[in-house]
Amino acid sequence: MIGIIASIIDGLLVGAVYGLAAMGLTLIWGVMNVINLTHGAMIVLGMFALYFLASALGLPAYGAVPVTIVVGFVFGVMVYWIAVHRVIGRAHLMSLLSTFAMNMVLVGLGTALFSTSPYNVPVAVSGITWEGYTFTGTHIMAAMLALAIAGLLYLLLHKTRIGKAIRAVADNREAAELNGIPTTQVLSFAFGLGAALACVSGTLIATLFPFTVLSGGAYELKSFVVTVLGGLGNPAGALLGGVALGLIEGVTTPFMPVSWIPIIEFLLFIAALILFPRGIFAFSRA
Amino acid sequence: MKQSSDALPQVAPAKTEGHGFIVNILSQPFTWLIALAGVVFAVFPLWGDNVQLRESLLLAAVYVTLASNLNIVLGYAGYVNFGNIVFFGLGGYVCIYLVSEWQWPLVAAALIAGVSVSLLALLFGLGILRLRGAFFALATIGVNEAIKAFVANFEPWGGAAGIYLSLDVYEPLGGPGEALWIVYFLIVAAMTASLLLSYAIKSSKFGLGLLAIGENEDAAAVLGINTPRYKALAYSISAFLPAIVGGLYFFKTGIIEPSGAFDLTRSIETIVMVMLGGIGSVTGAALGAFLYEELRGVLLTTEAFSHFQLVIAGLLLLGIVLFAPGGLMGFIYRRWPSLRRLLQ
Repeated sequence: MIGIIASIIDGLLVGAVYGLAAMGLTLIWGVMNVINLTHGAMIVLGMFALYFLASALGLPAYGAVPVTIVVGFVFGVMVYWIAVHRVIGRAHLMSLLSTFAMNMVLVGLGTALFSTSPYNVPVAVSGITWEGYTFTGTHIMAAMLALAIAGLLYLLLHKTRIGKAIRAVADNREAAELNGIPTTQVLSFAFGLGAALACVSGTLIATLFPFTVLSGGAYELKSFVVTVLGGLGNPAGALLGGVALGLIEGVTTPFMPVSWIPIIEFLLFIAALILFPRGIFAFSRA
Repeated sequence: MKQSSDALPQVAPAKTEGHGFIVNILSQPFTWLIALAGVVFAVFPLWGDNVQLRESLLLAAVYVTLASNLNIVLGYAGYVNFGNIVFFGLGGYVCIYLVSEWQWPLVAAALIAGVSVSLLALLFGLGILRLRGAFFALATIGVNEAIKAFVANFEPWGGAAGIYLSLDVYEPLGGPGEALWIVYFLIVAAMTASLLLSYAIKSSKFGLGLLAIGENEDAAAVLGINTPRYKALAYSISAFLPAIVGGLYFFKTGIIEPSGAFDLTRSIETIVMVMLGGIGSVTGAALGAFLYEELRGVLLTTEAFSHFQLVIAGLLLLGIVLFAPGGLMGFIYRRWPSLRRLLQ
């Protein structure tokens, strides 16, 4: 029994990181109605940023976190101007395809540069032992950081001028423009913010598990599941959705082979999309 | 009485519509162009027993089939099906399973694969086609990944290792050498059928309904188009020939395993092909698939580019989406408007 509880708690910890990744996806959708298919590439960027900062430059792993936020933001703004700006307001097909094309370019470059062999960043944090079960220190640390960053995002969106502008543009771009908000800059800022969230969550994931250039796809799909559970465009819901997904993984892991978990996730994903298109946790829009 | 006699002439054309429709299609030059393309594909490699050319054209024919059928949902109805490869993979599995475990003849197995995958698609379609736009696109990725994960755990289909065909299965077709030629001709036939199907749908009332859905779904529904039924039917039809070609293709390669059968990248490449040729155009989808496949062949064999295949495909797609959303046919139609009628 304690084994199951331990597994659930561990699932919740990892789920907080999934939630943080999904917040990036859902923020971009909420502000500009674009499904960011470079999401996975941005997660991988965070992973490799950690690898280089920690292994090559010798930075402490958690010291790399603020740096990857900046890297992700700059990168996101670049992607916005290259691939997203021209398709805003056009059919969904176009933004889906342009971000996907960008993803192909990035994954292709990554594969050419780093091959697809696995990388690992060893991080040593002592865990907490309870009733004979040890909760890994890195998992606790990652969850704490994820929650802290989510808190900062909340403050940014609700207590600052740029946050107000982002929410105004999300509500009604024309009205925001008429009120003197430079909406194009706000959109690129919001996209950068979404990318930064994906990137930093990639960094946190890289402290937990080994990764490859192609890892982005799996975590991107997890982010979709989380986003749909939480309601597209709803950052608070995304965090809850992430924790819910972690919980599901935690509960199911002791009872069935790991390879069956994706099936459960995707069935849940499709069921949630069809039954609750606004999300299971659709209460307030941030 | 007056009313019913008035009604009669209106009913009469409807009765013969099916017949008249086929005659009308057959009298179009475009139909004969498609047939000609099929014959060229079939005959060219026969010259001097050119196996290398056959292999290259076989891949092209597979992609033309996938792209044309994707075009029915993507180009006509405007629904982005990211998981279109699921039909190809599932068809492959059903066919290979029937051939290797039950010793079915290839053609029967491939047909059953087509029918069963089509029915499954109808079922899925009724569910996920309630979603629109980006939500539908995400759900199609979900369907593909869920089925891939399921097959990887499904022991009768060999789980993650997949199914290997023994050489014995090629015996009824006269040995492996002969079998490859037969499979090639069958795939070319499926390709030709795909093009004819795309054209026939585009010329029919059903196709007009799909195009109306693509323009504005709510307006189409108001005008009396049964949109859920049209969409589900289009989704199901677009599964039939890809499933058959999947069966034939994996029969040819002799092995099927989940990551090769449900490869999301291949799915997306099919979308690139449709965009490259011109979305919604029968010629465009075929031309895009053919050009992309040949381009990739060149890139893969050129040392400098073989590592950057994905990058180049991505840049190509990005360029089309941002600067030329009409694709090649969009350009051709604008340049020579008179070709619009000849090349559908």
